[in-house]
Amino acid sequence: MANPSAVCNGHLHHHHQKQNNLLKSGIYKKNGITKGMKKNGVSNGTVYRKKFVEHFEQAPMYVAVLTFLGFGVGTVFGYLRDFMRAWGLEKRNIAAEREQQKDFVPLYQDFENFYTRNLYMRIRDNWNRPICSVPGPQFDLMERVTDDYNWTFRFTGRIIKNVINMGSYNYLGFAETDVNALKTVTIELQKYGTGICSTRQEMGTLDKHVELEKLVATFLGVEDAMVFGMGFATNSMNIPALVGKGCLILSDELNHTSLVLGARLSGATIRIFKHNNIQSLENLLRDAIIYGQPRSRRAWRKIIILVEGIYSMEGSIVRLPEIVSLKKKYKAYLYLDEAHSIGAVGTTGRGVVEYFGMSPDDVDVLMGTFTKSFGAAGGYIAGKKDLVDFLRTHSHSAVYATSMCAPVAEQIIRAMKCLMGLDGTTQGQQRVQQLGKNTRYFRRRLHEMGFIIYGNDDSPVVPLLLYMPGKIGAFARRMLEKNIGVVVVGFPATPITESRARFCVSAAHTREMLDMVLNALDELGDFLHLKYSRYSKSSHPELYEETRLELED
Amino acid sequence: MDIKSMKNYLYWLYCQFELITCSYLMEPWEKLLFYTFNIMMLVMVLYTTYIFVPVHISTAFQFFLHLFENQHENAVSVVK
Repeated sequence: MANPSAVCNGHLHHHHQKQNNLLKSGIYKKNGITKGMKKNGVSNGTVYRKKFVEHFEQAPMYVAVLTFLGFGVGTVFGYLRDFMRAWGLEKRNIAAEREQQKDFVPLYQDFENFYTRNLYMRIRDNWNRPICSVPGPQFDLMERVTDDYNWTFRFTGRIIKNVINMGSYNYLGFAETDVNALKTVTIELQKYGTGICSTRQEMGTLDKHVELEKLVATFLGVEDAMVFGMGFATNSMNIPALVGKGCLILSDELNHTSLVLGARLSGATIRIFKHNNIQSLENLLRDAIIYGQPRSRRAWRKIIILVEGIYSMEGSIVRLPEIVSLKKKYKAYLYLDEAHSIGAVGTTGRGVVEYFGMSPDDVDVLMGTFTKSFGAAGGYIAGKKDLVDFLRTHSHSAVYATSMCAPVAEQIIRAMKCLMGLDGTTQGQQRVQQLGKNTRYFRRRLHEMGFIIYGNDDSPVVPLLLYMPGKIGAFARRMLEKNIGVVVVGFPATPITESRARFCVSAAHTREMLDMVLNALDELGDFLHLKYSRYSKSSHPELYEETRLELED
Repeated sequence: MDIKSMKNYLYWLYCQFELITCSYLMEPWEKLLFYTFNIMMLVMVLYTTYIFVPVHISTAFQFFLHLFENQHENAVSVVK
């Protein structure tokens, strides 16, 4: 438990170490490999240069029991309401077939939407809220009310001003309307207009695209890159171009729907490994190479590993050094989706590859989106020149999808130049550092308050666990009353017992805004009883003091 | 002052009950139904306790008393 090789300067340092170990031994998901690497440096040929601390604390057992109780009550009442709707005691608000089609094969399968009808509808007012300003650190919200318990909404006409935005993926704060910042974008808008009206392979390649692709390649440190108009389509349309039947895809448990869709469309065999679990991945790789394809026992044509840089529902960062060493050992390919991590992690904002101090040559296919950190839309795929040339001819997106429009491309160019420092200011570097500071501060304060937070200490995505279905609606509504907009996520997107509120910290948030949010969370945490963590210092002040006394001997 | 904090605490407890059992999400008539059901169950349990528990306790008490009396009698007869 204690760290024998650490240099200690006396009681204070010892105490700090012991307290650290006391906290971390409970919190580490896998404490064998990671701690060893931290102490000794080299293990299995890979190195984690800084501490890799991830938290996935489990709540006390009674929380799970009460969550199921809540869902049970909801289900009983769901059945009651369905019964009333079926027997005409209550008006049906969902889609139903016409009278003439009653004897046909049913078009709307009633039971499958049970959860949507009976639980989601009751708290539906917390999602799809229309905003009417730029989604910067604050935004304006259109107020809406419902007369029939969330089946229909109407706008009152009032606008709620300056709601603090904790839900937008605005990591570097580039979603802004400052006229000086958008000067070049307005020029390009007046020069090119907004429509491209063609695909990349026909007449849709502009000089802006060529300029952008060169810039992206320089930014990431690779040979070449290609940009696409839509981030989701970048994944779902390019994975089928890279793999096909006879190939093997090893995909993480919690991969995004775009990766899953792309993998299924490709027709390759898909095998899933446990989230961020290197042992599970290695077992799958060994089985794949030893046993080959299922019936013919031939070698797989290609083995590709699909991972993400930051997983947006968990806030965890991929264990890239270990995965790269595995891929080199077993000769597989690696596809890294940096949708949330490009611009958000790394000392200069170049993503998880830089965060771990690795070279971009280690990853075969670097994919990312411009929607999150660059305040634009679209995605890119970068890597060796041969790969990108192949995609230019064979990708479905290049052949059939309209290319990115010029003002959006210019926005990305100006954001990237700002990040790289090519516009002559240090604003980009300042934004990245501000994001890092905000992330660490926010996470540290939430841990101290006693909430259960998932994920890596350096990831700007902060999921705060709510667990019970009743609290999802209450949390979002009360936060809005305090003028803070949050995103809450429930069952289909997360496991049934682990519903959460997901905060996205931004470089544009000032310390005052974060303090306001933290104070509101403190109050709300006490009122809703959300502080389940057993490891926070504030929830066990006497334990902290006791440890100090023990070592003072 | 104490009454106020007691009232606040009770209100907080009531809110917790509402959140945990999802009655926060229910429409008013559903809440009425749910609370009526719960209160009825509680009243039935209490009534059953009131009727049966004293009888059970006194029967159990008499049983144990009888057991010790028997033992004592047997011991006494041997010594004689």
